[in-house]
Amino acid sequence: MSGHSTYEPKTGFERWMDTRLPVIRLAYDSVVAFPTPKNLNYWWTFGGILALMLGIQIVTGIVLVMHYVPHVDHAFASVERIMRDVNYGWLIRYMHANGASMFFIAVYIHILRNLYYGSYKAPREVLWILGCLIYLLMMATAFMGYVLPWGQMSFHGAVVITNLLGALPIVGESITTWLWGGFAVDNPTLNRFFSLHYLLPFVIAGVVGLHIWALHVPGNNNPTGVNVKSAEDTVPFHPYYTVKDGFAISVFLILFASFVFYNPNILGHADNYIPANPLVTPAHIVPEWYFLPFYAILRAIPDKLGGVLAMFGAIGVLFVLPWLDTSKVRSMRYRPTAKLYFLIFVLACLVLGLCGAKLPDDHVIPIGSTFQLFDADLNSFVWLSRIATAYYFAYFLIVLPILGLVEKPLPVPESISAPVLDNAKKD
Amino acid sequence: MLRKRIALAALGLAFIAGPALASGGSAPLREHTWGFEGPFGKFDQAQLQRGYKVYREVCSACHSMDLVYFRTLAEKGGPFYDPKYPNPNDNPYAKALAAEAQVPDIDSETGDPIQRPATTADAFPNPFPNEAAARASNGGAMPPDLSVIAKARSGGPRYIYSLLTGYVNPPAGLTVTPGSYYNKYFPGDLTASWSGDPKHVPPGGFLAMPPQLADGKVTFDDGTPSTAEQQARDVTAFLTWASEPKMIERKTFGFGAMIYLVLFSVLLWFSYRRIWRNVAH
Amino acid sequence: MADTVVGANPDPHASGADPNRRDFIHIAAGAAAVGAAAAVAWPLVDQMNPSGDTLALASIEFDLTKVAEGQQVVVKWRGKPLFVRNRTAAQIAAAIKDDNAPMPDPEPDEARHKPGKPEWLVLVGTCTHLGCVPTFGGGDYGGWFCPCHGSHYDTSGRIRKGPAPKNLVVPEYAFVSDTKVKIG
Repeated sequence: MSGHSTYEPKTGFERWMDTRLPVIRLAYDSVVAFPTPKNLNYWWTFGGILALMLGIQIVTGIVLVMHYVPHVDHAFASVERIMRDVNYGWLIRYMHANGASMFFIAVYIHILRNLYYGSYKAPREVLWILGCLIYLLMMATAFMGYVLPWGQMSFHGAVVITNLLGALPIVGESITTWLWGGFAVDNPTLNRFFSLHYLLPFVIAGVVGLHIWALHVPGNNNPTGVNVKSAEDTVPFHPYYTVKDGFAISVFLILFASFVFYNPNILGHADNYIPANPLVTPAHIVPEWYFLPFYAILRAIPDKLGGVLAMFGAIGVLFVLPWLDTSKVRSMRYRPTAKLYFLIFVLACLVLGLCGAKLPDDHVIPIGSTFQLFDADLNSFVWLSRIATAYYFAYFLIVLPILGLVEKPLPVPESISAPVLDNAKKD
Repeated sequence: MLRKRIALAALGLAFIAGPALASGGSAPLREHTWGFEGPFGKFDQAQLQRGYKVYREVCSACHSMDLVYFRTLAEKGGPFYDPKYPNPNDNPYAKALAAEAQVPDIDSETGDPIQRPATTADAFPNPFPNEAAARASNGGAMPPDLSVIAKARSGGPRYIYSLLTGYVNPPAGLTVTPGSYYNKYFPGDLTASWSGDPKHVPPGGFLAMPPQLADGKVTFDDGTPSTAEQQARDVTAFLTWASEPKMIERKTFGFGAMIYLVLFSVLLWFSYRRIWRNVAH
Repeated sequence: MADTVVGANPDPHASGADPNRRDFIHIAAGAAAVGAAAAVAWPLVDQMNPSGDTLALASIEFDLTKVAEGQQVVVKWRGKPLFVRNRTAAQIAAAIKDDNAPMPDPEPDEARHKPGKPEWLVLVGTCTHLGCVPTFGGGDYGGWFCPCHGSHYDTSGRIRKGPAPKNLVVPEYAFVSDTKVKIG
């Protein structure tokens, strides 16, 4: 809660600084004294984890740029030079590549946490929208970053995604040519993606600043969804949550390290170690895993423009979520029916991810073909994608609006401290 | 509830992390346990030396390794590393092996293109001056550069090993395109060339490279019997090393990092518990 | 629940533990964090040091039969020019004669070539003033002349007149045979 500052400068330097530019006061108020609900569980540690991952990506990225050459004839070789000749280059490169995946693992958990506990609801709508904006910027950054090594997947993934813009009526083709800087993905495209890939993380950092500011106005949500009533409900951010976040970060780093050191290429695709060849398309073009659900949605719609609209719509619907959910109760801990639909939503997202990795015509159940429904066999990943896509949109556009009006929520506790005193069963 | 959610998420991640499966693909790869696999794997230096010899005498006639340098052979963990020469450019084996190869250069006095003996600073020489020449010499097919081949193929070392030993007589009913060879581990779809039962299309595909390894084709200086199997295993180990010379350093560093992170987590856990001891939450 | 305190800032004396007190566990965790930060910082710093391919070009071998008597050849070494000069007997004598003459950076000629091979001078061809490449044979001492600010070097590469503070640098080199030197 943005109450008034309790900072008191102790040293002469602090007093001097405080009257000229109160940054120490700002840091103290935001990260030391900030009153934080005392019942936050581990799902709340992912904000800190995300901040760390942004820092790691920026630092490793800046270092990689000291050695990378953004030209179609040298990009692939320059990355291999980093892996072989630059001191610890292999470490920095693998940290950056796997760091992107870890960044997305953390952001998906963070988003699901918000969906479950209603952190997007009033008065945190702008906070939520800023978060959606960060997510969008992350996806753009990751997409452009993947193009830079100039492997087969880099190149052909860029071709597929930039060709989507061609679906837009009237302006589609000129926009695509404008984006390419030519008649196909080539050196001009690589160079501008390099420039923008360097730029966007700093834009993300700026939006993250706004995101934290927007958070600190109402203060954190908490697992009960009940507002903080008094100081009794809170603890100062330091040391309670600095150390708890530190522990969570340390465990997250163990997962990160297990990828970087023992399986650094498993989340990627072998074809990206083949230098880009515009004349040969890989057998299966697959985006990186964190884009798979959207890829599935794109391919679920048989029409090119329809697929593009559905894919962007899947992200767009997130922006208006605060106005779609009509429930007066914030946290799904007290909304048993909503909880069920939410779990199915999570399942639908996982199914969409699976579908994105498969060939559309492959059979889901290995019993062979069943019967043809319109343009594809029912036992195909196309139809599974369609079912999952339908649920994805239905969850936001039908389930949440209606459920808030008709469900019977459980009794919500009076305050944050109340369930602690009653030893109420969590989750 | 929480556990159910975690289990679901883990299941989902397991799916997503899995590779896309090809339809009509190739035979399951041959099994072999390599010394360099696993978190504590190591390369066998003698095997790397034999593998280099196989590459140099058999493969380098068509396959370049533009991103591998003669000095890399003498780096720590490499086939010719000698602790007496921490600077790989001083290593006498690397210098001798380099001098055996000829690389193109410009004569500094006349400006004419010449061929000169390579030094440790040079990359492995490319058998062809450019892609067009490579294709012309190989019936239109381009022999891929092998610098990162173990990372560029699904299955990595197992794929290379299987492919090199996977040339079998094509089953009756398979029409082999002239200039191609049937290999049951090469990914492809042979439905169009198959005249037998359409539900049982043979696995594999046609590739432009004929079988290369044969018993006794390369003499191993350490006396190891030179069977095609042995050559395949050794060259696979060499190519895996060449694809990622820092692999062992990565795993060793990783061991230290993991231990440190686990200890760090334990310390932070106790610090956290101490701080929160008096707060009901 | 007498000993469980419900409150934002729990009573520091409730069980003798103030969460802000420097307990050993917190110091240990903090020290481990500093160690982790150092371990992460080192690779990020070290990556800017010369990489494997740069170090590979750090030494070159040169065939001396290319240099006629009285002439010099300039080769590129570590990105800079390198003078390999085949001195005539007269030039060697002139250099030795001046061993005790007043000069900004006194050094005997003997210290600037390999024993038994006075005719071969191997010098980094960068003026020690501000880095220009001196011209061969010019100046008042028959060695080199730097056109940028007028430094004169003698036939041993020593600075005799002009703003340069030090003699032309003799790099680390060795004769691998009578006709070949390895530099670096």
